[in-house]
Amino acid sequence: MEWVGTNVGLIWGLALSQIWLSIPPILIGFVLSVPLGYLANRNRLASSLLLSLGGILYTIPSLALFVAIPIVIGTSLLDPINVVVALTIYAVAIMVRTAAGAFAAVPRSVQDSATAVGFSRWQRFVTVDFPLAGPVLLAGLRVVSVSTVSLVSVGAVIGTSSLGFLFTDGFQRNFFTEIWTGIIGTIIIAAIFDLLLLLVGRITMPWNRRGRGAGRSVPRSVAAVTA
Amino acid sequence: MEIVLKGIAWIVNPAHWTSTAQNPSIGDRIGEHLLYTLISLAVCAAIAVPLGFAVGHTGRGRGFVILASNAARALPTLGLYAALLLAVGFGLLPITIVLVILGIPPLLAGIYSGIESVDRLTVDAARSVGMTELQILGKVEIPLGIGLIFGGFRAATLQIIATVTIAGYFGFGGGLGHYITFGIAANDFPQLAAGAILVIVLALAVDGILALIQRFVVPSVSGGTTHTMRTAGDGARHPAASYRTPIKEGH
Repeated sequence: MEWVGTNVGLIWGLALSQIWLSIPPILIGFVLSVPLGYLANRNRLASSLLLSLGGILYTIPSLALFVAIPIVIGTSLLDPINVVVALTIYAVAIMVRTAAGAFAAVPRSVQDSATAVGFSRWQRFVTVDFPLAGPVLLAGLRVVSVSTVSLVSVGAVIGTSSLGFLFTDGFQRNFFTEIWTGIIGTIIIAAIFDLLLLLVGRITMPWNRRGRGAGRSVPRSVAAVTA
Repeated sequence: MEIVLKGIAWIVNPAHWTSTAQNPSIGDRIGEHLLYTLISLAVCAAIAVPLGFAVGHTGRGRGFVILASNAARALPTLGLYAALLLAVGFGLLPITIVLVILGIPPLLAGIYSGIESVDRLTVDAARSVGMTELQILGKVEIPLGIGLIFGGFRAATLQIIATVTIAGYFGFGGGLGHYITFGIAANDFPQLAAGAILVIVLALAVDGILALIQRFVVPSVSGGTTHTMRTAGDGARHPAASYRTPIKEGH
């Protein structure tokens, strides 16, 4: 514990950089996955293409991807953008599948009703499909958020500043406390991100309170849409 | 893309396929990689299968299992591995523990959502004709939910194969991660690319074999209950149990 006390500045700096590196992949991953998932849900070919591509991307070992990105896109090895790009790839790989499932779960009858009362396709997406897919999308986003925060630390192997530095440094110095500090710090950041996402869900989807399943909460939201 | 070609060239170099006393061949490395994967999968299954059956059948402890799975996802693999290496020393044990912690959440989620996905009316019907709870589990719930259960198994396998690579990072050689670690340390990018390509190809090959097993061996039930993995259309039936991230919302 003494070590933590004397190194608060270092730990805080590493934690902040871990946070800043985690946010872009989560947000960009979400923004890219929603249209891709929507597309995958509408088109069989796109579906099999996107889902199997996602599967392939997800099997790339993070260790290798972090090092391969600068070689492929031509950035310097120490550029933090490498970690952001790599983690965005993972985020999309995980999220597309969930997004496709989320849109598939929107009841056909609700979509038809929206079309019947004169919604354009775009209007229907914004006011019907997207909100109804919301709870499942949020659940997927939470998985992405947790795994992104935890993976940022692997960036330490290419020298990107994050709590992962405490893992490699602690290992080299044979120093347990340092490693544990990094692990606990990572978990705390992941938990804070998760709580924030939950909060966003509560605020943007008030109809989904009390942890009801996406499917079962639909009748109410149907009422909300048609009201 | 040039680096990918160099990686492939590194792989097809016959010198890398012959093992010497100091340098195991690519074949040996693949064998090690698969061995670590198999050991971890076996331990994962020993824990997740009974637990998943119990949770799926009784519906009890679901909240706790989801919470524990999410917490396990937040554990940084690299840090955990470093801590375990310091605690237990080099060997098979630390990497196995890391892989088991990593593999249990997807496997467990697949198992309990598979059992849960079975229509409760069907389960009640089985109960009403006098089946015991164990018979219901073995003869009704497992056969009907086998598609999702197998999906969880595939997800866990992929995750483990991709992560065995970190075994090499702190110096415990073994598996294909050796090439990646060595490539980073020696700035030998073709070797690094070769390691990454080999892991990806191995993961895809294993997943392909599992997909074939699923198609031909795992019984399919009419109504498409079991084929929930492949198409988005079928996903409509089990939106919360899609194949890679069997997420449960609201927790």
